[in-house]
Amino acid sequence: MLRIPCPFCGTRDHSEFSYGGDASVDYPALDAPAEAWLEAVFQRENIDGVQEETWQHLHGCRMWIIVERDTRTHEIHSVRPAHPGMAQTQSPERGPADRS
Amino acid sequence: MTARRLPNSGHIDRTQALSFTWDGEPLKGYAGDTLASALLANNQQVLGRSFKYHRPRGLMSAGVEESGALVTVGQGARRDANVRATTQELYHGLVAQGQNAWPSVRLDVGAVNGLFGRFFSAGFYYKTFMGLPPFEWGRGTGMWMRYEKIIRKAAGMGKASRAPDPDPYEHAHAYCELLVVGSGPAGRAAALSAAQAGLDVVLVEQDAVLGGDSLSQPQARADLAQEIKTLSTAGVRLMPRTTAFGLYDGGVAGLLERVTDHVATPAPWMPRQRFWTLRAQYTVVAAGALERHVAFGNNDRPGVMTANSARIYLNRFGIRGGEDILIATNNDSAYSCAQNLAQAGAHIKLIDARDTVPRQLRAQAEQSGIALHTGMAPLNALGTKGVTAVELAQGNPGNWRQAGVVECDLALISGGWSPIVNLLSHRGIQPVWDAQQACFLPAPTTEPLALAGSAAGIWDQAACVRSGQAATQCALAHLAGQPVPKADQPSGGWEGAITPLYEVSVPRRNPKAFVDPQHDVTTEDIRLAHREGYVSVEHLKRYTTLGMATDQGKMGNIIGLALMAQALGKEIPEVGTTTFRPPYTPISIGALKGRNIGGHFRPLRRTPLHDWNLKQGGTMTMAGLWHRPWYFAGTGETIGDAYVREAETVRRTVGLCDVTSLGKIAIQGPDATELLNRVYSNPFAKLPVGKARYGIMLRDDGFVMDDGTSWRLGETEYFMTTTTAHAGKVMAFLEELLQTRWSNLRVHVTSVSEQWAGVAVAGPLSRQVLESCTEDPGCVADSTLPFMGVLETTLKGGIPCRIARISFSGERAFEVYVPSDFGPTVMQALWDSARPLRGCLYGLEALGALRIEKGHVTGAELDGRVTVEDAGLGRMASDKKSYIGSALRKRPDMTRKNRPRLVGIFPRDRREIFNAGSLLCAADHVEGYGEGWITAVTHSPALGHWIGLGFINGGYGEWQNREVIAADPLRKGNTGVEIVSPHMFDADGERVYG
Repeated sequence: MLRIPCPFCGTRDHSEFSYGGDASVDYPALDAPAEAWLEAVFQRENIDGVQEETWQHLHGCRMWIIVERDTRTHEIHSVRPAHPGMAQTQSPERGPADRS
Repeated sequence: MTARRLPNSGHIDRTQALSFTWDGEPLKGYAGDTLASALLANNQQVLGRSFKYHRPRGLMSAGVEESGALVTVGQGARRDANVRATTQELYHGLVAQGQNAWPSVRLDVGAVNGLFGRFFSAGFYYKTFMGLPPFEWGRGTGMWMRYEKIIRKAAGMGKASRAPDPDPYEHAHAYCELLVVGSGPAGRAAALSAAQAGLDVVLVEQDAVLGGDSLSQPQARADLAQEIKTLSTAGVRLMPRTTAFGLYDGGVAGLLERVTDHVATPAPWMPRQRFWTLRAQYTVVAAGALERHVAFGNNDRPGVMTANSARIYLNRFGIRGGEDILIATNNDSAYSCAQNLAQAGAHIKLIDARDTVPRQLRAQAEQSGIALHTGMAPLNALGTKGVTAVELAQGNPGNWRQAGVVECDLALISGGWSPIVNLLSHRGIQPVWDAQQACFLPAPTTEPLALAGSAAGIWDQAACVRSGQAATQCALAHLAGQPVPKADQPSGGWEGAITPLYEVSVPRRNPKAFVDPQHDVTTEDIRLAHREGYVSVEHLKRYTTLGMATDQGKMGNIIGLALMAQALGKEIPEVGTTTFRPPYTPISIGALKGRNIGGHFRPLRRTPLHDWNLKQGGTMTMAGLWHRPWYFAGTGETIGDAYVREAETVRRTVGLCDVTSLGKIAIQGPDATELLNRVYSNPFAKLPVGKARYGIMLRDDGFVMDDGTSWRLGETEYFMTTTTAHAGKVMAFLEELLQTRWSNLRVHVTSVSEQWAGVAVAGPLSRQVLESCTEDPGCVADSTLPFMGVLETTLKGGIPCRIARISFSGERAFEVYVPSDFGPTVMQALWDSARPLRGCLYGLEALGALRIEKGHVTGAELDGRVTVEDAGLGRMASDKKSYIGSALRKRPDMTRKNRPRLVGIFPRDRREIFNAGSLLCAADHVEGYGEGWITAVTHSPALGHWIGLGFINGGYGEWQNREVIAADPLRKGNTGVEIVSPHMFDADGERVYG
C-alpha cells in the first residue's frame, strides 16, 4: 500500500485517495482545435521513472494534489496542492512530515 | 521410530494434561504442545498421505515449512483442512484427522498409485489428457475438462467444510516506528535496543511463545522469561501468534494474528483471527532460517526429518524422537543436536558429508559417545511406514558409492540452512547466492528495512545478537534522516565451511528421491523437465509444480534449483530463483474479508425517509450503495401488480417518491454561471434566477458523463442535481476542474446530498398536494411556478424548502427538497394531502416504467459509450459555445450516421414479453452481436403492453416498419419487435406543461 503525504492532512493510506492522471498534461482551452484535445486526452507517456500525477484525497480533505512518484519503486518524491494558489501558501520549508 | 516423552524436560506444562483425538483415537498431550509434538509423544508415525502417490508421510519438520503432517482439524463448519500439525497448538478436545487417504492414513487404498509411479511424472496429466494426439489435435481442452474432475478427486489434499464459516474475523490497523519480525535472539536484541532508544516498537512472532530459537536450546527457561519481561517493560508491543505474511509499499506490513485457533471453546465475541495492517517507519526482519533436506532415496519416509526439528522436539517439548538415531549433515549445525540427543540417552551415529570436520566438533562428539563418520551421506531409507535403516554412501558430492547399511529408527538430515528472505522478496529485493554459506541472501537495499540474525545468514548466536543491535542502529539513523550505516556483521559463523549437498545417488539405482514432498516432485521429475526442454526456473516451477504447494517451496526450492543448475551445467546464481510472493504462510479467506460480509459487504446509505418508507410497507432495493423504495405492495399484490398500479396512479392522480439519493451539489460564487456554462453541453449563461434547466455533461472525450438539473437560486448560487449513480463522479470532476484546470474561477462546490431530503410529487393533481402543504398556496400556481420554475419558500410549520417544477415521469410534477431532518415530517404532510386525492406512494420500479414510457434516459442508457446524439438529445449540445467535450465529440466515428441510437421497442405481438439485455437483430440475420441491444423494459400501464428502450444502428429512421428480432438465446429466445420513437407516451409533452 502506498502512503501518500497529503499536504493538508498528513500521511495517509492510498486507499483514501483516488488516482487522477498525468499531472504534466496541459489541458488546452475549451475552444482549442480537436487535435490539441486529442493530444491532451489520449496521448500519454508510459514513464519508467519519476512522473507527476494527480490524486484526490477523496475520503479526506477532497483536495487534488500533485504527487511526484517513481513508477518503478513507488517512492514518492514530493507532494503539493494541485491548485497553484494553494501551493503558494505552503512554504517549502514546511514539509508534509510536520503534520503527519 | 520409538519416540517417547522424557521426564522433566522441555517447556511444556506437565500439570495440564490435554485430551485430543487423532483419527478417532483418544490421546493425551500437555499444554504447550503442538499437535505435532503431541502426536510424536504418542509415537504416531504416519500422519498423512502424499499428494499423488499416496505415500505414507510423517513429521518432516517442527515449523511452518512442514510438508508431511498436513491434517484436518476441527469438525462440522469449523473443519479446517491442510493444517500443519507443527504449528497447530494443542487444546483440550481438539479433533484431528488424517487426509488424502481412505480408509485411513495408515491403510490407504490410494497407495496403489505408488506402483504406477512412472506414469505420474511431471506433466503426466497434461500430456495424457490434454489434446490426445491425433484425435484431439486442435480441439482444445475437451478431454482435460472431462478427466480433470476424476483426477482432482484422486490427487488431493484435505476437504474444506461446505458450511458457511461460523467464526467472526476482524480487520485492525496499527502504526509503529519499528517493526521487528521474529523473537529469536536477533529480533529480541533489535527490539530491546530500539525500545531503550525511545522507539515505538512492535515485535511479532508467528509462534505461540516468544523466543524463537532460544526455545529449542537446552538451557533453563528462566532467562528467556526474564528477557521477555524486560522487553515488555521497555514498552515493546509483543504480538505472539502473529505472522508478518507480507511487506508492502510505504512500510506497510500485513500481519495475521491467530486469536482463538488455540482455544477449545472461543468466547463468542472473540474473533478467530485478526488481519492487521501495520504501518512501520522501519522494519527489522529477524525471521530466522529454515533447515534444508537432502534428496536421497525414499527421503520422505516417516522418521526422516530435519536435524533441527529433532532438537526442537527434544528441548522444547521434552520428546526424544528415537532411540537409534542416524544424523546426516554437511555443516556444523547438526552437532549440537547430536550432542543434545546423546545426552538424552539416544544412540547416535553421525555422518558428515565433509571430509574434514573441525577438531573441536569432533572432540565434542567423541566426548558424548557419538560415532562420527566423515565423507558419508544417506543414500536410501528403508522401511515403508517408518524408517528402519538407511543405506549409506561414501565419497563426495557428485561421486558417491554405496557403503553399507545402518539400522536406525530416526534419520535426521541437515542439508544446510536457507535464510528466510521471503519478506524482502515481497519488496522486490532479489536474493543473491552466497556460495560460501550455500544459501540465498538478499541484495543490499535502500528500503527502510534491515536483516538480522540467521535471516542474514549469521549462524553464531552472539553475532546474531550483535546484528540485531546493529539493525536498530540502522533504524535510528534512518528515522533521524542520517546516512544508514552498513551492516558490519558478516554472514557465517560456523567453524568449518559447509559442503553443498543437494542430492545423494549412485549409478544404476533409482529410488524415488523427493525434492518437494508436498507435491511429490522428485529429482527425476526435474531432470525430465530439463530433458523436455525446460531451462528457465519459472518454467520448471510451473511444469513440475515445484514450490507450488502450500509450503510455497520452503522445503524443496533450493534443491530443485541446484538440480536444475546441475542438469544445465550451470551454477545456481546463473539459474536464478523464483520470486516469493505474499503470503508467507497461508491465510484464511475469512481473515481477508474480515467483517465485510452479508449486510456489511459494502457500506449502506439510507435516506432520511427510510424508516417512513418501511412503515408504509415499502420494499427496498439497492441503487448503488443506497437503499431505495422499490415498490409499495398493497394487500395481495405482487411486485408486478404494485408497480403497474403505482405508475397508472401517477398518470391519473398523483404519486410521491423518495428521490433523496439524487446527487446534490451547491455551486456558489461569482463565477458559478461560467462554471456551469463550461461543464454543461447546453447553454447556461442566460438562465434567469428562479429557473431550472436540464443539462448534459460530457467527458473530455466527448461522450456523455451524466445528466441532471441545475437550479438558479440567485445571481451567484446554483443547486445542481445529478443522477444517483454518478453523484460522486460529478462532484470529484468539478473539484478537479476547479483545482487543477480552472483555478482562476471563483466558485465553491459543496456536496449537499446528505443535507437535503427530496420528494418527487408527480401527477395531474400534484399541484393540489403542494397547495395544501405550502404556507402560501399561491406560490405553486402555474403563473408563479411554470414548468422549470424554481422556488425557495416555506412549508406549513415554517419548514424551509426548495421546489422546482421538474418532471421525470412526463406528468406535471415537482421536486421538493427540505433539510434532511424535516424529511419524514414533510413526507407525512404530503402523503396526508395526496391520499384523499386517491394518490399513491411509488418506488423505483414505477419510476422506471414512467420514464421508459417517456424515453427518458438513465444510467442504463448512459453507459459511457453514448454520445449526446446517440441518446436522442442532440439538441442539448450547443454549437455556439465551447464546453468540456465539445472538441472531441465531433470526431468522425462519433458523428457517423449509423451509430446505435436510442429507440423505443414494442413487441410485434402486443401480448408478448421481452427482456432487457436482449440483442436487436434484423429478422433475416439473427447472428453475432446483432444491430443493437435493449437497455430497459417495463409493462406500460399507459399503453397496455410491454415496451422497451434500447439502441440500434441508425436509430428509428433506419428501422421503422422493418422486422426486428429481440434475441435472448440464453433465456427467452427470440421475440419479434417493432422499433418506434423513444417517446412512446405523450410525445408532445402536453401533460407536463398542461
